[in-house]
Amino acid sequence: MVTVTMTVNGRQVSKEVEDRRLLVDFLREDLELTGTHVGCDTSQCGACVVHLDGKAIKSCTILAAQADGTSITTIEGLADGAELHPLQAAFKEHHGLQCGYCTPGMIMSGVDIIRRHEGQLDEDTVRHELEGNICRCTGYHNIVKAILAAAQEMHGEVRQAAE
Amino acid sequence: MYSLTYKRADSVEEARRLFQEASDAAYLAGGHTLLPTMKQRLAAHDVLVDLTRIGSMKGISVEGDRVRIGGGMTHAEVAGSSEVQRAIPSLAALAGSIGDAQVRHRGTLGGSIANDDPAADYPAAALALAATIMTDSREIAADDFFTALYETALEESEIVTGVSFAIPETAGYAKFRNPASRYPMAGVFVARHRDGSVRVAVTGAGNEGVFRWQAAESALAGDFSANALEGLSVDPDLMMGDIHGSAEYRANLVAVMARRALANLGSAEAII
Repeated sequence: MVTVTMTVNGRQVSKEVEDRRLLVDFLREDLELTGTHVGCDTSQCGACVVHLDGKAIKSCTILAAQADGTSITTIEGLADGAELHPLQAAFKEHHGLQCGYCTPGMIMSGVDIIRRHEGQLDEDTVRHELEGNICRCTGYHNIVKAILAAAQEMHGEVRQAAE
Repeated sequence: MYSLTYKRADSVEEARRLFQEASDAAYLAGGHTLLPTMKQRLAAHDVLVDLTRIGSMKGISVEGDRVRIGGGMTHAEVAGSSEVQRAIPSLAALAGSIGDAQVRHRGTLGGSIANDDPAADYPAAALALAATIMTDSREIAADDFFTALYETALEESEIVTGVSFAIPETAGYAKFRNPASRYPMAGVFVARHRDGSVRVAVTGAGNEGVFRWQAAESALAGDFSANALEGLSVDPDLMMGDIHGSAEYRANLVAVMARRALANLGSAEAII
């Protein structure tokens, strides 16, 4: 057993877990943050994407012990109270989901894509960047639209703040 | 995944000691091959020694005519490095084409080189860029490093601490990916070096793993253009054949990817 301490969605947590505990199981089973999903469990589908120190990773392919001392953000940590994150709002507005299973991973990846490209995105780039996230409903069209819309909104806000 | 003990090393020396103390240890770098393999119980280790927090395995530096990259650098860090993009754009391109964005945030250069997956991208760059593999105890020429499928010249507990790549006059990378696994079914890295020599390295296709296509190297040394490859082919008997593509298909892909790599010289984006 190993004691892991990390910041999850701004809250410090510390728990004793098996050394082989995967981060995704730690989040879902030990912290009961079930918004992070397990789709394929083979690092392909991206349903389990969370942010580790601000970067999108697949939480099914990292031990909880490896995340000791880091800061994790899950889908539950994006909204500001009752106010949705702009990308969550854009998924709602553009109907960026069908069954919804891939949605948490899509949104966490989308936030990472917008951050890395500083909002400067086009459709081709978003589609290419989403290669690590699979939607079995094949609803990519509205997912891409939502990410582009949120990028524009978030980038616009940045521009406004700078003026 | 079977039960295991996780240990984190703060230095290369500590990592090697922890490894040697265990009966069947493995080093854990990005973990994007090791952990999926262990989850499927295709591999089991009593101890995993985490290398990812070792500071001396980080960093990128350009020294004379070589770029030295720490073994602990992630694919995203290499792809995004302005030093690498300037010195060897096609190496940044290769790193930025591995797996997907999330994989690139975790997977490392050292892990890829040490694992020597026959379809990994980095071994092609290491061979074509006349790399030197630096370990905690010695330096090994890339030409002597990749010995067979998933096998290298590394000793049991030896650690890849970094890789030094020659800065070529120009280079290009192109690959054809398996649409499901994203691994190349054939990837070709072409480099013309400052002494006029040409190296052509092929990954994903050979049944003995990564290899140099010497006939293409000789032809391109005389005429560094796609014309020189006219009529050249690799022997299908030396290629992998599986449900994703026959050996003949892969042999053809190698020739096509070599041409595409030549059409992609100096680009910071791989042709995929």
